[in-house]
Amino acid sequence: MNHLPLIIKREYLTKVRNKSFIIMTILSPLIMIGLITVVAYLSQLNNNKQKTITILDESGLVKDVFEDTESINYTLLENNVTLENAKAIVIEEKNSGLLHIGKFEKIEKASDNIEFYSEDSPSISLISDLESLVEKKLTELNLQSKGVDVNMIEDAEVNIDINQENFTGEKTSKLDSFIKLAFGGASGYLLFMFIIIYGNMIMRSVIEEKTSRIIEVIISSVKPMQLMLGKIIGTSLAGITQFIIWIILGGVLLTIVSLIFGIDLMQIQSPQQEMIQQATQSSDLNTQVEMGLIAIKNLPILNLIIAFLLFFISGYFLYSSLYAAVGAAVDSETDTQQFLFPIMMPLILAVYVGFFTVIEDPHGTVSTIFSFIPFTSPVVMLMRIPFGVPIWQQILSLLILIGTFILTVWFAAKIYRVGILMYGKKPSYKEIVKWIKY
Amino acid sequence: MGNLLEAHSVSKKFGDFTALNNVSIAVPKGSVFGLLGPNGAGKTTLIRVINQITMPDTGYVLLDGEALQGHHIKDIGYLPEERGLYKSMKVGEQALYLAQLKGMQKAEAKKRLLEWFERLEIGDWWNKKIQELSKGMAQKIQFVVTVLHEPKLLIFDEPFSGFDPINANLIKDEILRLKNEGATVIFSTHRMESVEELCDHIALIHKSNKILDGNLTAIKKQFKTNTYEVGINAENHSNLHHILAEKFSIAPAHFKTLGDELKLNIKLSEKEKANDLLSFLTTKGQVSHFVELIPSASDIFIQTVKNN
Repeated sequence: MNHLPLIIKREYLTKVRNKSFIIMTILSPLIMIGLITVVAYLSQLNNNKQKTITILDESGLVKDVFEDTESINYTLLENNVTLENAKAIVIEEKNSGLLHIGKFEKIEKASDNIEFYSEDSPSISLISDLESLVEKKLTELNLQSKGVDVNMIEDAEVNIDINQENFTGEKTSKLDSFIKLAFGGASGYLLFMFIIIYGNMIMRSVIEEKTSRIIEVIISSVKPMQLMLGKIIGTSLAGITQFIIWIILGGVLLTIVSLIFGIDLMQIQSPQQEMIQQATQSSDLNTQVEMGLIAIKNLPILNLIIAFLLFFISGYFLYSSLYAAVGAAVDSETDTQQFLFPIMMPLILAVYVGFFTVIEDPHGTVSTIFSFIPFTSPVVMLMRIPFGVPIWQQILSLLILIGTFILTVWFAAKIYRVGILMYGKKPSYKEIVKWIKY
Repeated sequence: MGNLLEAHSVSKKFGDFTALNNVSIAVPKGSVFGLLGPNGAGKTTLIRVINQITMPDTGYVLLDGEALQGHHIKDIGYLPEERGLYKSMKVGEQALYLAQLKGMQKAEAKKRLLEWFERLEIGDWWNKKIQELSKGMAQKIQFVVTVLHEPKLLIFDEPFSGFDPINANLIKDEILRLKNEGATVIFSTHRMESVEELCDHIALIHKSNKILDGNLTAIKKQFKTNTYEVGINAENHSNLHHILAEKFSIAPAHFKTLGDELKLNIKLSEKEKANDLLSFLTTKGQVSHFVELIPSASDIFIQTVKNN
C-alpha cells in the first residue's frame, strides 16, 4: 500500500498549521526589514553629520589642497598658531580633529612630522583620505624639486580597462564575474540555509514521534522508509511555502518601507557593491545597466536552472535523511549535538570553500576537488556553475552525489528503523553501527 | 476451527542478544490468546514480528494460512505497549489519518468513528487536541483507532494500563464483544487476573524461549495437584491435626472464615477420591469449608518461570 501522499499531506499540514511556524513565517521578514531599515536610517544619519577638521600647516606647502567635501569641512589655521593653541581651539570648537603638518627639511621625511589629533579614534577612511591628499601634493612638490614636469607625467598616464571576450565572441566584463559570483553564492547559500533550517525541523518531528510514542502505531501500518521519505518531502514543501512567503512579504515590506521613510536602501554600501562600483568606475549609468544585462544574458541560464534543481534536491535529501537518522537515534533534542557535529562539518566546509576558494579561482584544484566530494559538491558546484563548468564534470559530480544520496538514505533508513523503537539511554556511535546489521 | 495465526520456529537476534529462540505459537480462530512472560522475555519482539515491524532471522509467520505480506497490515489491529498519539493534532483528524494508513476510505472511516465515539460517549472530543485530554481519555481514542478497521487479528499489549477500573471494564467488555463478533485476540499482559478472565489459550515465553502453551483449562488440569482446602470444627483441634497428619499429607492453610476452624490444605494421592476425604472429615467434626485448589494463571506463571 502506498501511503506516501497521505504522510506527505499530514506532515505538510501539521507544519504549516503549527503556531510557531506561522509566527516565524510572518515575523521573520518583519524583523529583517525592520533591522535593515534601522541600519539604513542610522547610517544615513551618520553620513549627514558634517565633520570639521582643523588644519595647522606649519610647512605651508599643502594647505591649498584641502577643499571642503560633502561630509568634511576644513578650517585652516594661521602658521603662527602653536600646536598647543591649535589643540585648545579644536577642543573648544568641538571639531572632529586636528591635522598637524610640522616643518620638515626634506620632503621624503615629511611623514615624521605629520600627526592627527582627535578625541575619538578617527575612521580609517578619513585617515586614508587625508593621507592621499597630502601624499599627492607632496609627491608633486618632490617631483618638481627634482626637475620633473608634473603635467608631462599626467599626460603620459594611460588608463587601461581590458575588454574581455571569450573564444565564441561574447563580450564579457568585470561586472560579469560579480554577477556570476552573486548567482553562485546565492544558490549555494540558499541550499546551506535550507538544509540547516528544515533539516532541523525534520529531526525535531522525528523526535516528537518518538517522545509521543506514536511511532510504533504508525510503523505497524507503514514502512519506516516511507514514513521517513514522507516526512522529508512534507517538511520540504512546508519549507518552500515558507520561503516563498518570505520572499513575497519581504519584497512588499521593503517597497513600503522605502516609500514611507524615503530611505534609499540601495545606499547602504556593502563591500560587494563597492567592488562592483570599482569594477565599473569608468562607465556611466546607462552602460552599466547595459553591461549588467549582457552579463546576465551571458550566464548559462538553462544549465544553471537545471543544475540548481538537481543539485539542490539531491544535496538537500542527502543531508535531511541524515538529520532524520539523528532524530531517530536520540530521545530528546538535547542529545543531538554530538551527532549533528559531523553532519555540520562538511556543510560548513563547503560554504567556506565556496566563498573563499571558488571566488579566488573557480576552476582551481581545490574548487574542482570539492565540487566532486558528495557532501560538499552541492554547495561548491552550485557556486562554480555560473563560471562555466564542463557538462561532463557536472554529470559526474551529480552521479557521485546521487549514488551517495541513495547509499545515505539506505543507511539513514536502517538507523531510523531501529532507532525509532529504541528508548532510554543515548546510543553511542558503536551501537548505531551495530543497528545497521540488525 | 483452524488457526488464524501460526508462527513457526521464529528466531531473532539483536547483535549478540537473542530476543526470540525458535518460538512457535498457534492462535486458534476466534480465541483470546494470552501471550505471557516476564519483562524482557521477548513478547514485544514476537508481536513486532507479527506486525512486520521486525523481520525474523529465521522462521516464518502465517496469517490465515498465508505467509505475511504487506497487505496483511489491514487485517491486524495493534495496540502497542509504548503508545501515544500526535499531541497537537485534533482527535478526529488524527483518528482519520491513522485509519487511512490502515487502508480505509476516508468516508467509511469517518462513519465508523462517529459510531464508536457515540458508543463510548466521547463524541464531543472530535475537535479537541490530544494534549487537552487526560491520559485515560487518550487511551480510549487509541483503542478505537486500533479496532476501527475491523481487523481479523487484534493484538493488545498491556491494554489496561492507564485505565481506571471503570474504563478498564469498559474496554474489557469491548474486547469480548469484538471476540464474539469473530475477531481473534492476542493479549499480552502481566495482569494475571485479566488473563483468567479473558484468555482461552496462553503461551508463556521466558528468556526468549517458549516454555509453555496450550488451552488454559487443559494447562490448569495439568498443573492441579489434587489438593483440597479444608475448614473443620472439632472439639480438639490438635488431636484432629494429629490424626489427619498421619493419614494425609497436610499443610496449614490461610483463608477467611467466621469461626476459628482448623484450616488445612490436604493433598491427596492419585488413588484417593475427594468424596472419601469429605466423608472421613464429616466423622471428625463440622466441615465448614471444602474447596479443590485450582492453580491460578499466576501460580502457573510463577511456578513455570521458577522451574526454568
